[in-house]
Parts: sequence; structure tokens; C-alpha cells
Amino acid sequence: MSLTPQDISRIASLARLELPAAQSERMLHQINAFFGIVAQISAVDTTGVVPMAHPLDAMAQLPQHIPDADVQGITLRLREDAVSEPDQREANQRSAPAVERGLFLVPKVIE
Amino acid sequence: MRPLHQLGVAELAALLKTKEVSAVEVATRFLARSAGNPHNAFLDIDSEVTLAQARASDAKIADSSAGPLEGVPVAHKDVFVTRDFATTAGSKMLQGYRSPFDATVVQRLRQAGMVSLGKLNCDEFAMGSSNENSAYGPVSNPWDASRVPGGSSGGSAAAVAAGLTPAATGTDTGGSIRQPAAFCGITGIKPTYGRASRYGMVAYASSLDQAGPMARSAEDCALLLAAMCGPDPDRDSTSLNVPAEDFSRHLQQPLAGLRIGIAQEFFGEGLADDVRQSIDTALAQLRNLGASTVEVTLPRTELSIPVYYIIAPAEASSNLSRFDGVKFGHRAKEHGDLLDMYQKTRAQGFGQEVQRRIMTGAYVLSHGYYDAYYLQAQKIRRMIAEDFKKAFAQCDVIVGPVAPTTAWKLGDKADDPVANYLADIFTLPASLAGLPCMSIPAGHSAGLPVGMQLIGNYLQEARLLQVAHQFQMHTDFHLAQAEGV
Amino acid sequence: MSSAKLLHGYEVVIGFETHAQLSTHSKIFSRASTAFGAEPNTQACAVDLALPGTLPVMNKGAVERAIELGLALGSHIAERSVFARKNYFYPDLPKGYQISQFEIPVVQGGAVSFFLGDEKKTVRLVRAHLEEDAGKSLHEDFIGQSGIDLNRAGTPLLEIVTEPDMRSSEEAVAYAKELHKIVTWIGICDGNMQEGSFRCDANVSVRKPGAPLGTRREIKNLNSFKFMQQAIDYEVRWQIEQIEDGHAIQQATVLFNPDTGETRAMRTKEDAADYRYFPDPDLPPLVISREWVERVRSEMAELPRVMAERFVAQYGLPEYDATALTQSKAMAAYFEETAKACEQAKLASNWIMGELSRRMNADDIGIEHLPVKAVQLGALIKRIADDTISNNAAKQVFDALWSQGGEVDAIIEAKGLRQMNDTGALEAIIDEVLAANPKNVEEFKAGNAKALNGLVGPIMKASKGKANPAQVNALLLKKLG
Repeated sequence: MSLTPQDISRIASLARLELPAAQSERMLHQINAFFGIVAQISAVDTTGVVPMAHPLDAMAQLPQHIPDADVQGITLRLREDAVSEPDQREANQRSAPAVERGLFLVPKVIE
Repeated sequence: MRPLHQLGVAELAALLKTKEVSAVEVATRFLARSAGNPHNAFLDIDSEVTLAQARASDAKIADSSAGPLEGVPVAHKDVFVTRDFATTAGSKMLQGYRSPFDATVVQRLRQAGMVSLGKLNCDEFAMGSSNENSAYGPVSNPWDASRVPGGSSGGSAAAVAAGLTPAATGTDTGGSIRQPAAFCGITGIKPTYGRASRYGMVAYASSLDQAGPMARSAEDCALLLAAMCGPDPDRDSTSLNVPAEDFSRHLQQPLAGLRIGIAQEFFGEGLADDVRQSIDTALAQLRNLGASTVEVTLPRTELSIPVYYIIAPAEASSNLSRFDGVKFGHRAKEHGDLLDMYQKTRAQGFGQEVQRRIMTGAYVLSHGYYDAYYLQAQKIRRMIAEDFKKAFAQCDVIVGPVAPTTAWKLGDKADDPVANYLADIFTLPASLAGLPCMSIPAGHSAGLPVGMQLIGNYLQEARLLQVAHQFQMHTDFHLAQAEGV
Repeated sequence: MSSAKLLHGYEVVIGFETHAQLSTHSKIFSRASTAFGAEPNTQACAVDLALPGTLPVMNKGAVERAIELGLALGSHIAERSVFARKNYFYPDLPKGYQISQFEIPVVQGGAVSFFLGDEKKTVRLVRAHLEEDAGKSLHEDFIGQSGIDLNRAGTPLLEIVTEPDMRSSEEAVAYAKELHKIVTWIGICDGNMQEGSFRCDANVSVRKPGAPLGTRREIKNLNSFKFMQQAIDYEVRWQIEQIEDGHAIQQATVLFNPDTGETRAMRTKEDAADYRYFPDPDLPPLVISREWVERVRSEMAELPRVMAERFVAQYGLPEYDATALTQSKAMAAYFEETAKACEQAKLASNWIMGELSRRMNADDIGIEHLPVKAVQLGALIKRIADDTISNNAAKQVFDALWSQGGEVDAIIEAKGLRQMNDTGALEAIIDEVLAANPKNVEEFKAGNAKALNGLVGPIMKASKGKANPAQVNALLLKKLG
């Protein structure tokens, strides 16, 4: 699967990365080299295999029992609905590029 | 007594506890060794912060409320956010960033009493195998300054190897603790996925990232690991609900009856002869200690490369979207409209390798390619985990090389990303499966360290540390120091 | 679905996506407050700001509310559902992705039923899923720049998606109102549309009957029922005009401008958004046990549909009435109390849906603040039912209760509104009127039934309005044969 310059510019746009022409070309070349080794995965027969998004998934059936262990943390843990985050605006905005009256400033957003 | 900077964590902890030396004295000695930032290992140092922590530790020792590691120094890989030091993740994107909170792992080590020496250099956003991808310059290997220390936790490994800190935290996504540990002749362990909280770790690949200790010995790693690990249910939903453990509990047990699995795929053509020799010798030593070996197979070892380099960049491309110049971090000084601001900010803030992985990641997730790449990779990932399951039915620990070669020269692979990826072949499979794994020094070749990898079944860190410790009791590779240290 | 009513020969097809903000105290993935109206960014914690190293932790209250909605709509509640990242860049989206649900939502299927006029309609749901709200952009005070407030970022939302089952703007608004009623009734959403708690996007397309679905345009962020109808009407007219002029409809997202009454396409994005959905690796799958669902079910108040069905069965009310009376818990309670007081369910229903509702709207008073209490209305209706007063007189009593308060019987006496039920006196009056109006009598006997009306008036006047109209009619007919 070979990428084209159009692919590169489409993805750079999706990823919000400005790529000048020379860089774009080099990127194309390097990514295509990478996809050279990726190609082999299409040959693997994965019929009936459930994708593994989490290594936690694989831990469900552990051979060894650990006392008190709940490796069923493979399901989403739920917390009580309670507020416990105080107002820390100043600390949180310390590293902000542009702030005015508590708002983050950005170039105008046009709908 | 040997010089302070040559002592390990356990030894220092003991000296501090008996007040033979003070935390301030220890901290001062180590700070002095970092003067001039040898090997470019550090990215941020603040002696006032360090000494204040040391003084607080001395006070605790004085009133007998000391933690297990009270007063022992540690340095943190710069992907752990800290309130008292800057956090850059090795990137221009976060130059000068100050986090309002500490990473859980940093908090826990401080609670155990450790004193922070500063932040350590690493490959940008933990992406790399040589620490040449840092926006703040490469790190050099204390064994040979013309060579790489490994990556992405290159600063951590170099700092420990050069005696700038007795221990360091690292992170391992595809081998980033194990490989630099091997290249720098130190010990490092990546625990089972979910053991150590990821809260406060700048995210690279969420389903792979794990924090772990790097130090001079398995004994030291066990001590840090115990402090670092434990459930963090309020902050990290992927944190395992498995109670904190004393990972040192099996260290003294002999290896009689241990079954070591040898995967043929780890000893193929690509393995350099000198590395092969060191590992073979080490295996012989393990047999002498009572272990038996059995051949196992991990047939999809080579596939782990494309699988990892699809999954990790995919997750990274999404994790790094928050760096947009709006709330924190770099923003382009000159730009046009909003779109232009985004594009310039990110192009300026991210280095080449990071941009490449973001691009790759976005591509494999994009419409029309998701099934063929991302989904297919996740399926093969499960098959890889199944392969390990089968292997562990026959053995307790899998032993093999960490990397195909010893450390290469700075610049050798800098322009060849694929060459870098291929060198990860032995570390990637265990990462994909989420298994605990270690690197320990196992030999030398032409003056350069050779590391040996130990892979265990889920939650078997104590077992790995036992094997490592017994090996270290009967060999002295881990005691070797680079020249001038 | 009934047969569509056509507009200039076109069938209108509408589907809705509604975002309901859930009434939790804290956000869906962080512990910051969701309270409305705080100073900018004072309720945006590290997780909400997507500071490096932060991670999401799920709010149980949000999941519970999703279960409640699923139960209210008769949906399937997934045992296992997955959170996915929807990736796109926008200043009010701190992570550069929204945590949502894609392939496997928490609520699947279900339906919303309501009346449009006399006709019962049912709109099928595709799904409802949990996701996080974005922050807000403020443009007014800044020149060339926008100010971003992330207080709202991370507020839990349920996105409720229908099949394209609606066939008119009226139906669409009726659906939205019914859904609004349900989410506020069960208490999962405060329904405050001005504050953005309940936002609707309408997918609108037109087609000739029998033709495949037309290209749809999406009208975003409709947060008032009035504007909803206007916007859809305009959009439909616009689409039909375009097609008639020979232009194909391009898929687009449009905004409604209440000042101009027009819909306009938003600035087009370069290519159709590729959100690159993938399961969020920071969140394991959400598992909801059947025990949990049953526990929620047992703790839920009677749902409006169920209550309406009970009204039909218990009080013998028509479905239409039952639906109208269950528009809110308060209204339903008012009805039941009234019915209990007078034991005249249908009359109670008529009065509440008629006179009471009229007054409520005219004076803009909610059912919680009525000057006429349910027991008072009940007492009033009782007096109608036992023939003490006529309907007309009752209206006068009602007026007095509404503006001055007081007691039903006392008002009847004070205003002398007692109906004349003494048939003897009434017959005497009738005889007089008949004698005085021979022409009407003749016409009636000749077969013109309407001639009776000319007699009723004078009879009522002579009785000073106290005659019982039913009795008058009965006696007249008897006398005239």
C-alpha cells in the first residue's frame, strides 16, 4: 500500500501539521518505507479473532490466583457523582499562551 | 566505604536510616556530580527544591517517621509531570511548561521518602530508541560518549550508569526502559500493564505505556517498584485493582526448579554474535543456579514490529491532539487564522519523528484504512498474547536478548526511522501483551554492556526480580562501572 | 407511520439528534462542578483542560441516568458498551477529541409516542449514547479573537438519535416536546433550553413520494420549540425551491438565524470530517448488569406513558386526555387530586385541559403556583355534577376563585348562582314564554328544530340564568310534543 502526495496532504490537514514541500516529500518517502514492512500484516489470517484493545483484556483468565486481586478491572470503574475539584484557574492557566479575563484567547472562530 | 554515588538504593537507605549520612549530604553529593550536566542527561535541576526535600527527609528520619526510602535520591524521566520542576517530555511543544499537579508515581516515591534530583532527558514524547529525538539534544552513553544510551529513557539510563543518581524512573511503551538499561549496563523493569498509575505520565500510547524503575540492581528496582505500584482507581481507569506488593519477597529464593523458556525467534539471524554469546553464557550460568531450559516458540515475534508501529502511533496521534497552542505549551508567534495557528504551532512544536508517527497514526485510523491496519493489528496483538500464554504453560520465565546489538554510534540510525523500528524486535512482543519484563546486565562486548531480557507472566514481577537477583548474586556485570564513574 | 401530508408534492423527512445535558453534580469524566453560570474556567479542572498526564474517570450518575432514559423509552440497555474517541480540532474541544460512543452505544432502540392533534404518532429511536460536552466560544468582546471558556467541557450528555420517522415540522416539534417532557419528568435533565440543557439538531430532507431518501441538511443547535418549527419550515421550503430550480441538494450543516428566519450553511470544511473513531484506550468497556437495571427500574417513578395508560384504565379517559394530563408530574398529580375530590374524572380532565390551561397560559403561571387548588376545582366540579350550578355559573365561580380565592359553596351563595331546579317554577316560566312566542312554537311544530333556540333565550333570561339548561330542553320538548 503506497501513499501518494495527496494522501500526505490530506493527513497533514487532518493532523493540523503544516508541511512545506520538501518536508512533505521526505515524509512521503519515509512513511512509504515504513508501510513496506507493514504490508505483511495483511497476509495474516485473523478470522474469528477478537481485536485486543486492552492488555487488560488478556488478563481475565489468569493461571495464578492472587488473593484480593480484582483483575476484573477490565471493566470500567465508576466513581460516585460528587464534586471535589476546587477552582484552580490561576494554577491551571499558568502555562497558557494567551489569557484574558479568565478566557483562553484564540484567533477568531468562524462558524 | 565506597563513594556515595556508587552505592545502590538499598545501601543508601540503610545508611540514611542509621543516620550515618544525612539526606542533605547525599543530595548535595549527587547534585555536585550533575554539575555541567554530563551526557546531557538532565533537562531540569533545581537545587533549592532538592535540598528542601532533603531537609524534610532528614526531619522525618529524626522523628522516626521515615518512609522505606527516606532521603534516597531519585530523578524522573521528563514525561512525568512535576509541580516543582518543568516538564517538557523532551519537546519544544512543552518548553517551560509547569504542571499544577504531580504524577501519581512521583507522589508515591516522594511519600516513600525519595528526594527528587530533577528531570531527565528522553526521546520526544517517549518516541524513540536512542534519545536522539530529544528537542534538547541527544544523551550520550557513559560507556562510550560517541554512542547512544538507548531510548526513550536514555537520560534515565545514562544518569544511573554515570552515578548521577542511584535510581531513576523511566517509562516503557515498546522497550524504552529495557533497551536503554541494556545499552547502559543497568537494571530496569517494566511491570505488568496497569500496575503503575499512568496519571501524570504524558501519554504516548495509552494501551502500552507503563512506568518503571531503573537502578543498579534488581534489589533496588524491587524497592522502587513497591513504592511506585498500586491501584489508582480515582485517577486512572486502566489501573489494575491489585494490591501493592512486596516485590522483594522472593529475592533470596534459589532458582532450583525454575523453567526458563528459550524462544527460537529471539535467537535468529539478526542477532549479533557478541550479544548471542553473552546471552548463551548467561543462560549457562542460570542453569548452574538450578534452572532448566525448554524451547518455546513465539511465532509472531517479527510481526510485532508492524503491529506495534500501527497501534502506538495511532493512539499517539490522538493523544497528541491536545497540543494545539490553545490552553498550554507552545503557540506559534506569527500566524494567520485559527487553522494557520494550529498548523504552524504543531509543525514548530513537534520534532520529525513525532510528526511522522502522528501522520502514520492518523492514516491507519482514517476512513477506509481502519479495518486493514488498526483493527488487523489489534487482532494480531491478541494472537501474540495467546502465543505467550501457550509458552508460559511450559515455562516460568522467558529469557533472551534485549536488543540485536549493543549501543550504536550517535547519528548512525538518526536518518533511518525504519532501522530504529527493526531494532525493537525483542522488546515489542511483551509490550503488546502487557507482560512484565526486565533487563539486567549480562555481559560486555568491546567495552559495551550487553543486556538480558526476562519476561514473566502477568503479575509475576516478584518472580522476575528473584531470577535477576539470584543471577546478580552470582555474577558481577551489574557492578561494573563505566570509566570515570 | 401514517400517510405523509405532502408539501407542493414533496414528502418531508425529518430525523432528530438531541443532546440532553445530564443533571449530575460533577462532570462525566472529572470531579469538577457542572453548575451553570460560573466565572469562566473556574469549573474546568486539569482533566477538563486536557493538561498533559490527565485521564478520564467515569461518573456513575451519568450511567445511571442513561439507564433511566433507556427504561423510559423502552430501549435495550447494552450489557457492554464501549467509549470511543471522535477526533477533530476545535478550540472548545480541549483534548482534540471528544470521548463519545460509536459502534456500541449504551442505549439501543426504543421509541417516543405522542399525539399530533388527534393522531397518535410514534418516532423510533436508533440509539442514545453517553458523551462529553465541549466548552464555549465567546466572540462578542474580542476583536479578531475568540475567548474560550471550558467550564462546560466535560458536562455529561446523552445524544438521542431518532430514525427519520417524522413527516412535518409540527410532528418534529411535538416529538421534541414529548422527549423534553420525558427527560425532565424522570429527572435526568433540567430541560432548561435557554441554558443549553436540551439542544436539538434536525436532519431535514425532501423527496417525491416513493423516491429514495433525499440528501439531508442538518440544522444545528435548535434550542427553542418556536425556532425549531420556523427553521424546519424555512429549510423545507428552501430545499424544495432548490430542487424545483434544478439544483441538487448538497449535504451541509446549517444554522438557523432567528432574526432573519433563515437557515444558512456553515463555513464548509475542506473535506467531510474524518473523525477516525477508535475505542478509547483510557476507558475499559462499560458493563451494566441486569441487576443494576432492575434496581433502577424499581426505583423509578411511574413513567408518563405508563401513567397515561393507567389513567385510561383507571379513570376511563380517552388516550388523548391521558397523554395531555401526563405532560408533567405536577399536572398529573393535580388531575388525580381533583378527580379524587369530585369523582368526575372526565369533567376534571375537561376543566384542566380547557379552562385551567387557558388561564395558565394567559397569565403565564405554572401548575405549581396556581391560585386554584386541586381540591377547590374538585369541589367546583362536584357542584356541577350534582346540578347545583350550571356550566356558565361554574365559570363565574372559577373566575372568582382564580382572582380572589375563597370557597366554592360560599361563592355560589354570595353570587346567587344556585341553579333553579324547581321544575314547578320552571314550567310556569316556560308556559309564559311559549305563550309570548307563538311564532317559534309554530315553526318548531312545523319541523324546524332550530326554532327552539329562540325560546331558550327568553326562558333563561326570565329565570335570571338560573334555569338548568338540560331541564329547560327536556321540559320544552315535553310540552311541545
